[in-house]
Amino acid sequence: MSEVRDDRQYTQTHEWILDNGDGTYTMGVTDHAQALLGDMVFVELPGAGDEASQEDEFCVVESVKAASGVYAPADLEVVEVNEALDDEPELVNSSCYDDGWLVKFKAENIEDLMSAQDYTETLD
Amino acid sequence: MKHTPLYQAHVDAQGKMVDFGGWEMPLNYGSQIEEHHQVRSDAGMFDVSHMTVVDFKGTQAKVFVQTLIANDVEKLKTEGKALYSCMLNESGGVVDDLIVYYINDEDYRMVINAGTTEKDIAWINLQAQGFDVSVEPKFDLAMIAVQGPNAREKVFAAMPGVENIAGELKPFNAASLGSLFIARTGYTGEDGFEIMLPDKSAEFTWKMLLEGGVKPCGLGARDTLRLEAGMSLYGSEMNDEVSPLEAALSWTVDLSNEDRQFVGRKALEELKNEGAKNTIVGLVLEGKGVIRNHQKVVTSLGDGEVTSGTFSPTMGKAIALARVPIDATGSCEIEMRNKLVSAKIVKPPFVRNGKVLV
Repeated sequence: MSEVRDDRQYTQTHEWILDNGDGTYTMGVTDHAQALLGDMVFVELPGAGDEASQEDEFCVVESVKAASGVYAPADLEVVEVNEALDDEPELVNSSCYDDGWLVKFKAENIEDLMSAQDYTETLD
Repeated sequence: MKHTPLYQAHVDAQGKMVDFGGWEMPLNYGSQIEEHHQVRSDAGMFDVSHMTVVDFKGTQAKVFVQTLIANDVEKLKTEGKALYSCMLNESGGVVDDLIVYYINDEDYRMVINAGTTEKDIAWINLQAQGFDVSVEPKFDLAMIAVQGPNAREKVFAAMPGVENIAGELKPFNAASLGSLFIARTGYTGEDGFEIMLPDKSAEFTWKMLLEGGVKPCGLGARDTLRLEAGMSLYGSEMNDEVSPLEAALSWTVDLSNEDRQFVGRKALEELKNEGAKNTIVGLVLEGKGVIRNHQKVVTSLGDGEVTSGTFSPTMGKAIALARVPIDATGSCEIEMRNKLVSAKIVKPPFVRNGKVLV
């Protein structure tokens, strides 16, 4: 069964978003998503300082099976990207909630996020 | 959906089961990349029981098989010798690709693809009219492919008696012991065996191999391995509308005996006179990303199409087989996610026996 963590919120497109409490958020893909995609082989990330509008495709995670866009959950500014994924994209598989995070960004507020419980229900 | 005799073993091993042409088969058992490396570096096994074994017996078995397929079984002189061939329709398109084994002039064994089995058997039966030959599909046989540099040793250790009959087998040869049929063939570019055995023995044999350190591998790894090995997949590189002469399979077509009027010969000779327009080449991507099936390939001689694209775990790069205009060489561009990305045109195989060749 897929792991869902209580300390963060979720999108309908299977990303998790963690509020860092300082106006920044960390974002990655969920356990359910990484399992569906299979072995990750490339992760294409934006640069620190890049801006994205809500619903822009601003990252791409590509597995042996498919390329999948990651969409901006709000108007945002990227503050940091996970450069380790350049050499070790498989971190998204092995540690999707910790070492396999994708980006940190600044945003005013993010709407339409689901709680862990609500997200878990969508997986049933 | 249809199940092989090893279905329960796959489920027990956490196989991720998917629909593969009506068969519920394991895509992987966790990581298809690890399974791929397992085969390149040690030994892995695949359940290929969904494929179909067909035996041809009768006084006219030889002349019938010589009519049915584009390669010539005249080449097969010793018991167990194998030959790869295409079976063509009248227009020279490929009905299926297959391996045929010689037992004797009145007995041949063929292994055909799972997805084409129904079509193939109907086609073969139609062609067999008027020949003294019986066409006998063996639906009660399972097939396990054990592949990798250590595959043979591990098979010998796990299956008592096999070394005695298969220890000296040369590549592309088979031996049998009762209902066990062992061929030194495969679809990975590594050494190993394809083992045909009765359904009821499959689970026990699988378990013995597992205990002998052979890791189960799914269809995902099977596809990346065969693609690195530059081997064609029916339905991708060729199909009912594609001639072997336009699929880089001319080496499997034998026109040398002019008296051998096999099905599709006339169409092939016409195409040969006109000149084939396309062929299959290998591509290696120069940037990041993974090449996907059906992406457009732009060459200096015109456009082509990716027939099989993937990420090569051995090379750490995206590779593909693609249909392109026949003399295309050098570099090309692939249209990927609305961008043109450079790729190099190469001659497959990409990888054989663990070594990168391009």
